[in-house]
Amino acid sequence: MTLVAPTPTATTTTAAPPTPHRTSSTLLGHFERGLDAPICLTWELTYACNLSCSHCLSSSGRRDPRELTTEECKGIIDELQRMQVFYVNIGGGEPTVRSDFWELVDYATAHQVGVKFSTNGVKITPEVAQRLAASDYVDVQISLDGATAEVNDAVRGPGSYDLAMRAMQNLADAGFRGFKISVVCTRENIPQLDDFKAIADRFQAQLRLTRLRPSGRGADVWDDLHPLPHQQRELYDWLVANGEGVLTGDSFFHLSAFGEALPGLNLCGAGRVVCLIDPIGDVYACPFAIHDEFLAGSIREPGGFEGVWRHSELFQKLREPTGGGACGSCAFYDSCRGGCMAAKFFTGLPLDGPDPECVRGFGEQLLAERATDALPKPTADHSHRTSPPRPRGSAGPVPLTLSIRRPDAQPAHACAESPLAGFTPTAVTACACGGH
Amino acid sequence: MPSVTLDSVVAVHPRVSIRPEPFGALLYHFSTRQLSFLKDRMLLEVVRACDGTRTLGEALGTTGVPAAQTARYLRAVETLVASRMLESASAGTAPRRTAPDSATISTEAVA
Repeated sequence: MTLVAPTPTATTTTAAPPTPHRTSSTLLGHFERGLDAPICLTWELTYACNLSCSHCLSSSGRRDPRELTTEECKGIIDELQRMQVFYVNIGGGEPTVRSDFWELVDYATAHQVGVKFSTNGVKITPEVAQRLAASDYVDVQISLDGATAEVNDAVRGPGSYDLAMRAMQNLADAGFRGFKISVVCTRENIPQLDDFKAIADRFQAQLRLTRLRPSGRGADVWDDLHPLPHQQRELYDWLVANGEGVLTGDSFFHLSAFGEALPGLNLCGAGRVVCLIDPIGDVYACPFAIHDEFLAGSIREPGGFEGVWRHSELFQKLREPTGGGACGSCAFYDSCRGGCMAAKFFTGLPLDGPDPECVRGFGEQLLAERATDALPKPTADHSHRTSPPRPRGSAGPVPLTLSIRRPDAQPAHACAESPLAGFTPTAVTACACGGH
Repeated sequence: MPSVTLDSVVAVHPRVSIRPEPFGALLYHFSTRQLSFLKDRMLLEVVRACDGTRTLGEALGTTGVPAAQTARYLRAVETLVASRMLESASAGTAPRRTAPDSATISTEAVA
């Protein structure tokens, strides 16, 4: 982000050169009141996924039968082009398992909508990597939650580390420079930050660190996996030391209360400058808030996406000024702005109070006092029914007993109640049911 | 830092998309995937006037930028050249490619 401000504002007479890390309060005000179109948005294309990560923020696994059709997806892209939404972050589920995935990527880029997609790497073959490397309009983000297989696979499932490494190798071999390696920061992998950076450097990729949210299945593991208070400090210091070379998706603005603001807008953009379209066309305020409480509408309604963005009651409400609630009097409110709405909601904290990971410890205090028996559950759960799914390939063949069942050889059981037990028809001369 | 003068000829990079906003405009560069915010409408007009044929002096004149503010607008244009939103159309006045400026972050910031 470059802030280019040639003219003095009402309150200052000095020319305002662009200052890194800080966006002027007037511009922030514009963002808080919402823009006519999002700057970018997240679009989960499918709930289907080959993995079953324990912290999946969209509780993905199984495809939803109501999934948007190819034509509906193209309709959304047309709208995004009209609204000049510069790019979409495509995710899922695993978006590349949709059979029309590449068709949609091509359609978007041909319509001036840039694409960055997140993948676990399952479909990034050498051929696909070649193709991706040739496009300026497509960016790729490989998910990796441990710098070692041990730490990664504990969260993402057996084999997922190798899957990601293979995809990254393919991208690097194809000459794709600067693809993203996306890491959700956990208690287990914060000690590995330097190792992640080394992996990114090795593949000439860029490291992206994001916050573990208690969203989706993340709610089930958040208590055990979210960074400990001293790790938050370690992470903050690491981010400050590594500067803008490491991306964060603006996820750690709640840590800005430690001192210097981190790069980014440092505000909650939910419903103001970002939002989420889910696989069935429902529009939520942000990717971490898949819950009825944050459902703004559906692109299947007559007004389409634009109608939801501009007129939904929820989004209007999110764009109203807030005083900061319980945090309003805190000296650090201007830095952290009360933190993440979704993190508060899914941990059962009031939305106008501190973030559960408030660096001053107010969140922890509230977490200790809250009632944990009625925490909100995500609206849509598409988890695999056998979660985690049975490993494929590594477990060897599935033993099956094959036999030929010969009805005439089956003796009638002594307790068989059917009047036809033991009777075997020898010829059927007519069938009344028709159609078979 | 690249330097631009009133004699420089610059143009909006062909991979840059401009979205006017009430506060000014949003610029997005499809190659660097970076976003810039223009904080006033007059700067947007200046950027639009940078068509690769006019000098910056002419562009500022067409847009009606007061003489007293010329230096400020030049500095703004310089920032946009540094982040490659604008590129030099006349060889020698500004580098064609510069490393991303420290004031430029990726659109990650709003992802």
